[in-house]
Amino acid sequence: MDYSPINPWVIFFASILTSNMIFANFLGMCSFISVSGEYKTASGLGKAVTMVLAITSGVNWLIYHYIILPLDIVYLRNIVFIMVIAALVQILELFLDRYAPDLHAKLGIFLPLITVNCAILGATLFMVIRNYSFLQAILFGLGSGLGWWLAIVMLAAIREKIAKAKMPPGLQGPAITFIITGIMAMAFIGFSGIFQVQ
Amino acid sequence: MMLKILQATISIALISTVLAGIISLAEKLLNNYGRCKIEINDGARVLEVEGGSSLLAALSNQKIFIPSACGGKATCGLCKLRITEGAGPLLPTEEPYLSAQERAQDYRLSCQIKVKNDLRIYVAEELFNIKEYIAKVELIRDLTHDIKLLRLRLPEGESIKFKAGQFVQFYTKPYGKVKEEVFRAYSIASKPSDQNQIELMIRKVPDGIATGYVHTALKEGDTVRLSGPYGDFYRRGGEGVKELIMLAGGSGMAPIASLIRDITEQQLDYKIRYFFGASTLRDMFYLEEMAALEKENPNFEFIPALSRYQEGDDWDGRIGNVIEVMKQEVSDGEAKEAYLCGSPGMLNATVKALHELGFKDQAIFYDKF
Repeated sequence: MDYSPINPWVIFFASILTSNMIFANFLGMCSFISVSGEYKTASGLGKAVTMVLAITSGVNWLIYHYIILPLDIVYLRNIVFIMVIAALVQILELFLDRYAPDLHAKLGIFLPLITVNCAILGATLFMVIRNYSFLQAILFGLGSGLGWWLAIVMLAAIREKIAKAKMPPGLQGPAITFIITGIMAMAFIGFSGIFQVQ
Repeated sequence: MMLKILQATISIALISTVLAGIISLAEKLLNNYGRCKIEINDGARVLEVEGGSSLLAALSNQKIFIPSACGGKATCGLCKLRITEGAGPLLPTEEPYLSAQERAQDYRLSCQIKVKNDLRIYVAEELFNIKEYIAKVELIRDLTHDIKLLRLRLPEGESIKFKAGQFVQFYTKPYGKVKEEVFRAYSIASKPSDQNQIELMIRKVPDGIATGYVHTALKEGDTVRLSGPYGDFYRRGGEGVKELIMLAGGSGMAPIASLIRDITEQQLDYKIRYFFGASTLRDMFYLEEMAALEKENPNFEFIPALSRYQEGDDWDGRIGNVIEVMKQEVSDGEAKEAYLCGSPGMLNATVKALHELGFKDQAIFYDKF
């Protein structure tokens, strides 16, 4: 099979900056908007998304190339990917509870939420469509997660700053958050000269 | 075509079986914390339990019953306990239920604490009096189209000592699609002097697991498990109190009926006015029982109100919202206490109305469900 010829590390950095999940693809927006009110929780969710994204991309790559392709059931891939993501999150939760209870206490309620975060399924489908190799897939997942984390942490920091700012009532809450997200997305376009993978 | 459908079904079934297998294997390996020691009240009791489950469940397996109305979902906040050692950091799910003072005293929600290591906890002495019973369903009677009366007889020689107004926890058995046991809290409707049997009133909640069990699976002659009594909803009768105002809706009838039966039997010198609200005639029940109590106790007056009266209804009682009816009847909060039981929305509105009438918070008692 011919994999994408791009250097895996280029994919890694591109997925953090130029093809950021939030600012370039607008995936995972629901939790991005709703859990970005507080810097600490936003960072917790960011960590959880990063962890799940990196692991699911790798596992789903293996599932796709060693089960779905040989069995010729490509038309079932979305169902399979979602099941794998849900199962992985379950196991990850048990694992963290056992070996990193502090992290589990912080991420505990976010982990199940992540199962339905579209950024996770999005990353898996991108890596399949773009024909990434295993290394490319893992770095893409990790990079996408870091990019998502970076985005939500930045937004949370800004929202904490403007929490007490005077604002017309119509702009408060989600409205101003969408405007900030838009401006941040424009700023991220500035990175697009560095490398382009899409 | 047929082959393709078959292949898809088999592939999905295989993959999900493998995933389920991996999850249960992971649970066996990762959720295995060995034997853990739970020290209660500075060594008054020491339990050894299998780790991996919630503290609430572990204690209930050891016949120590901590009150819980939601069954361990962190939505009622009743299962608070002091845990001084081994509980780990405060979880986000617990935060809404613990005040700063409680946090400083190491109070935690026992349903959210997983037993992973040795624990040191404090349990109020009276909770040790809570017992578990295997009771026989003696009678199931339809009170309305969606409320059933359950009479449960305790085994010969066993008795339950409760205060009128308290509740028991009722455990369901697996039925139909529900594969596990759940438990829910129901108030006792019978009087405390009946120590060998209790009556519960259970309204069918759409898609409710426990109420669905009672309304579809349970039959007369079955046995059920329950534990109790729990709760701090009972008659106070503070100094100088002459009259008790009671207000309930739907299956909120149960604890109020128990309170009134208890007062009547003990011939206590309280004037009682009981306002009971139902929306339509088919939701109205227990009129005969209340009329009998009125005959027995001349100080008791039952005032049922129908909020959605329809032309042609066979109804000569009050019409309108039960809270409005109460506001018309009760003039002030002087020398009165109020006892309420109903949905949270109804309770909030009633408490507000009582405040307007001059009732103090200390004179209002309620049971939310």
